[in-house]
Amino acid sequence: MSRRARLGVVGVSSCVLAGLFVWALTGLPRFGEFQGQYGRILNGVAGSERHVTNVVAAIVFDYRGFDTLGEEFILFAAVMAVALLLREARSGEERRVDEVRSDVVRAVGLFAVGPTVVLGLYVVAHGYLTPGGGFQGGVATAGGLVLLYAAGRYRAYRAASPKALVGVAEGTGVGAYAAVGIASLIAGAAFLANDLALGVKGTLASGGTIPILNASSALAVTAACVLIFHEFLEELMTP
Amino acid sequence: MIPLQAVAIGLVALGGLAVVAARDPLRQALVLGVYGLTLVVLFVVLQAPDVALSELVVSTVAFPFILLTALAKMRDRE
Repeated sequence: MSRRARLGVVGVSSCVLAGLFVWALTGLPRFGEFQGQYGRILNGVAGSERHVTNVVAAIVFDYRGFDTLGEEFILFAAVMAVALLLREARSGEERRVDEVRSDVVRAVGLFAVGPTVVLGLYVVAHGYLTPGGGFQGGVATAGGLVLLYAAGRYRAYRAASPKALVGVAEGTGVGAYAAVGIASLIAGAAFLANDLALGVKGTLASGGTIPILNASSALAVTAACVLIFHEFLEELMTP
Repeated sequence: MIPLQAVAIGLVALGGLAVVAARDPLRQALVLGVYGLTLVVLFVVLQAPDVALSELVVSTVAFPFILLTALAKMRDRE
């Protein structure tokens, strides 16, 4: 096809696309207009039904708790796949040069390790009270750990997160989530139905099963990130 | 749409363009992190703090790490 013919095809199809696009834009609801009836209902009932102040957490760990279990297994499978694909095909010789040469990077980076991990744990612990939760806090905690490598040394990261221990944590996190669901089945209720005391709304001791599910997903996510980082760093450090 | 929201959406559009315009993969990975931050601002402005936190940890921790280690590994091969 000649250059002119190609330009013609592009021109005509761009015009058609632009027309369709504008047509679709005129049919959109007004900016900020929310039409999801389900969202309104949950906003109304989540506080009194589950005694949590973050409705998103109630949706993730209760009303849509089964979906979250699926996501946990997706993450679990992803970690397994990474570990399998990047399994030992290395020479075993570790790269020598691993020093961070800038004092500023090292000082600021290593100083940020503690606060980042604490922030991550805070976001996890208050996940059902304020915005946040197991996923966000878990990744942040793992991010704090990986600063040990980024601003310090690979060996420090490896020493701070022994692979065998993190592997057990990963399995425990995913398993605990499923175990809560199975426990409610044994108790004679529906899968993941809450059977625990709901506690006082707005305190850490509230939400029944939500704190347990939140903590187990945090464990699973943190361990998953740390393990994936491990595999990638090993690829990099042992060429 | 209040002006603040318009500004946030504009920043996201500019960030997206900047990611596409960056040709060097290493530079692109860094621009992508900045673009993620503009999305975080947009989500905060639109009052979706949970989504903002998710975007924050994914775009500043998980994604850049994987991209940068992959790029470093590829540079080893060359």
